[in-house]
Amino acid sequence: MPQLVDMRNIIKVYPNGVVANRDVNFSVERGEIHALVGENGAGKSTLMKIVYGLEQPTSGSIIFNGRPVKLQSPHQAIDFGIGMVHQNFMLIPSFTIAQNIVLGHEPVKGRLLDTKAAIRITEQLAQEYGLDVDPTAKVEATPVGMRQRVEILKTLYRGADLLILDEPTAVLTPQETDDLFDAVRRLVAQGKTVIFITHKLIEVKEISDRVTVMRHGEVTGRVQTAEVSEEDIARMMVGRDVLFRIEKPRQQRGEVVVQVKGLSYVSPTGRPLLRDVSFQIHRGEILGIAGVEGNGQTQLAEVLSGLQPPTTGEATIGGQSVLGRGPRHVRQAGVAHIPEDRLTNGVALEADIADNLVVDRYYRSPFARRGAMSLRQVRRHAEQLMQKFDIRAAGAEALMGSLSGGNMQKVIIAREFSADPVLLIAAQPTRGVDIGASEFVRRQLVEERNKGKAVLLISADLAELLTLADRIAVLYKGEIVALFRSRPDLSEEELGLYMLGLKRQLPEQRE
Amino acid sequence: MTFETVLASIFSAAFIATIIRASTPIILPAMGGLISELAGVINIALEGIMLTAAFFGVVVGALGPEWLPGLPVWVYPWLGALVGVLAGLILTLIIAFFHLELGADVILAALAINILASGGTVFIMFALTGDKGSTSTLASPAMPSIIIPFVGSIPVVGQIFNGENLTGYNIITYAAFLSVALVWLFLYRTRLGTHLRAVGENPVAAASVGIDVKRVQYIALLMSGFLAALGGINLSMGYLTLFQTNMTAGRGYIALAAVFLGNRNPLGTLIAALIFGAAGALEAQLGTLNIPSQLITMIPPIVTIAALVIYNVRRQAQMAANARKFQEKMESEHKVV
Ligand SMILES: Nc1ncnc2c1ncn2[C@@H]1O[C@H](COP(=O)(O)OP(=O)(O)OP(=O)(O)O)[C@@H](O)[C@H]1O
Ligand SMILES: [Mg+2]
Repeated sequence: MPQLVDMRNIIKVYPNGVVANRDVNFSVERGEIHALVGENGAGKSTLMKIVYGLEQPTSGSIIFNGRPVKLQSPHQAIDFGIGMVHQNFMLIPSFTIAQNIVLGHEPVKGRLLDTKAAIRITEQLAQEYGLDVDPTAKVEATPVGMRQRVEILKTLYRGADLLILDEPTAVLTPQETDDLFDAVRRLVAQGKTVIFITHKLIEVKEISDRVTVMRHGEVTGRVQTAEVSEEDIARMMVGRDVLFRIEKPRQQRGEVVVQVKGLSYVSPTGRPLLRDVSFQIHRGEILGIAGVEGNGQTQLAEVLSGLQPPTTGEATIGGQSVLGRGPRHVRQAGVAHIPEDRLTNGVALEADIADNLVVDRYYRSPFARRGAMSLRQVRRHAEQLMQKFDIRAAGAEALMGSLSGGNMQKVIIAREFSADPVLLIAAQPTRGVDIGASEFVRRQLVEERNKGKAVLLISADLAELLTLADRIAVLYKGEIVALFRSRPDLSEEELGLYMLGLKRQLPEQRE
Repeated sequence: MTFETVLASIFSAAFIATIIRASTPIILPAMGGLISELAGVINIALEGIMLTAAFFGVVVGALGPEWLPGLPVWVYPWLGALVGVLAGLILTLIIAFFHLELGADVILAALAINILASGGTVFIMFALTGDKGSTSTLASPAMPSIIIPFVGSIPVVGQIFNGENLTGYNIITYAAFLSVALVWLFLYRTRLGTHLRAVGENPVAAASVGIDVKRVQYIALLMSGFLAALGGINLSMGYLTLFQTNMTAGRGYIALAAVFLGNRNPLGTLIAALIFGAAGALEAQLGTLNIPSQLITMIPPIVTIAALVIYNVRRQAQMAANARKFQEKMESEHKVV
């Protein structure tokens, strides 16, 4: 088959000296689904940004459709028929979906925008490719799954023949992922070519024709997907065998330390997002929260971590009431929080790693003495945590914004775990994190539980919940509709019925 | 004047005319500020740009007949306005260049321009006229006024539409109100306006769909400079026909306040600008009473604070009402169960 893109000897050195790609050769054939995998920071996104004209290679050449090309801006890439869906969504929140899809190439009538045409185009595209969206809804009010589809439609509207999807499934539920895969297969059937970045090797096996594996900025393997197993791919990525199984000793359940009673939250616009939520967590227990994205998980984490005051209800940690007095008060009562939206709530992108690691404790000894901060302590602290949590970056003073997605998550995890909390709220802690690091995070969560901590694990990854949680609650439309004790015969499908609102337990059935 | 006469004048048609006049040099820079703010490059040099435009408008308007004799008389004010606007645009271009090309902070660059304008105008004025206070020695022209025919003889209406003395409003007052509609049309109904808002909200996303962020921000800054310059021309070539040291008196900053009080949209900004204009007009009326002037100059800021408080109290009341409704609903549901 003819090659659509052929990247030769690509070297990329970022201005800060990080070598993200070292002499990479990468090619994609027309009409294939090509998976690109590798650990966090391996250089996958960088390589794709080069194809999309967002970054210029330090050296190397790109041959597109048989001709050498220089891609100096996304504009040029778009003209060549290259489209990219970024790891972090590139949407304008206050615009409608139709406006986002046509942005940059808006239909006009005379000199003015043709809003009706934009809506019509969106509807047509959505129908043609089977990607369902609501053209007039504002992006800020739509669930992530729909935003994902908007991003794909955006590239299709621009006439993309080559679609680059950078970790598109990281934020999707299993159901949404299946829908996405159906759409991708339809696209390929219509003659498109897809490059697919993911950390989930199951997905690589399921959807791709070929796989390229990257490690430390180099390509370490290129294989036909059918010829290898998940374990083989993992070995190529990490350079060692990866244990997919997590050792979880029998639970030593202690007394109840977290009591949540009658929690409700109504959004400023009047939408009830949490309804009368009550549960308890014991010491040494992981309580999992399952649910389709947008059913109140985000609000539950935000209310319990003090970021939002609840409309009604209360929560106590060790008998002490914690809500309504702001996040610092909640933290001091022993709550740590790994937020779901790490870019907005988890890190300060323009501060360095060391500062990000002390934002919840800078005012205490040993970091603050008589009102002044000890920069030496801050640095030492950062270096210790970077080593313990294997954070890969140029150094403690590397800016947060220059880290790869997975390493950013490791910084947050390092901060929150090292706070030695009573209750650890972990919202989507392994989203976008590579297999090696996910394994690490999961093991750490279990270890915290074994140490007698209460853990609230909110995850869209049902397999993760089923392996880690001791009990699983299902949120549907802001309400707990089921509460199970984790046991071997509890299946993803069974949970799915509750998540979709097709079944609900009676109060006395809760476990 | 007695208190009663002041009160009577406040509730008169003439007072509405005063508000319209006083609002003009706030509305124009506010529209400029709005555009720059929405593009993510807020222009805090509106003040300095207004001042510079006001100054060059007067100088060229007054000295034009000397420098370029023989043109029809009506040309000179327009020539002055043109040069004033050009001067404003050049200052804006300097900010844009330092910020967009050299990476300087947009606030700092604009701050420098404000300082330059307030000192620079006085410096050149002194060199030209030997006076540091005003250009009263120059005979400078006014931009034309427009009198709407037929309505003059109608009481009240005549004064609202043609000003308190029925001499019509300055053409720039018309431009100011027209600019609100045009800015709205531009922002929400044209491609460039949409790109501008996208760039301001998420520049990386805008760049990723091929929008030239730098170009859009250049245009936004220049538009803000143009509108602010018109506001300046209105000050020195409208009701008054002279330049006075620092005659903008903070209007460029009040305009920025109007942008935020008006919730960053054209209509809201217009309303906020009118409120500030009214406060200014009130200030002028009460100035004739025997009240300490310090108290009177507090009116515009107090109006600002009051407006912000009312806005927030209403929002919170709305939220509380939502919560109450929800609670009632929950309770009624529980009764059913
Ligand atoms: N704009 C930037 N400036 C400096 N360094 C950067 C920049 N973007 C990425 N890097 C660095 O380049 C390396 C490769 O990053 P890249 O984002 O390509 O990794 P990735 O393979 O996509 O990882 P992930 O799976 O976590 O998304 C990392 O070490 C990262 O810190
Ligand atoms: Mg990446």
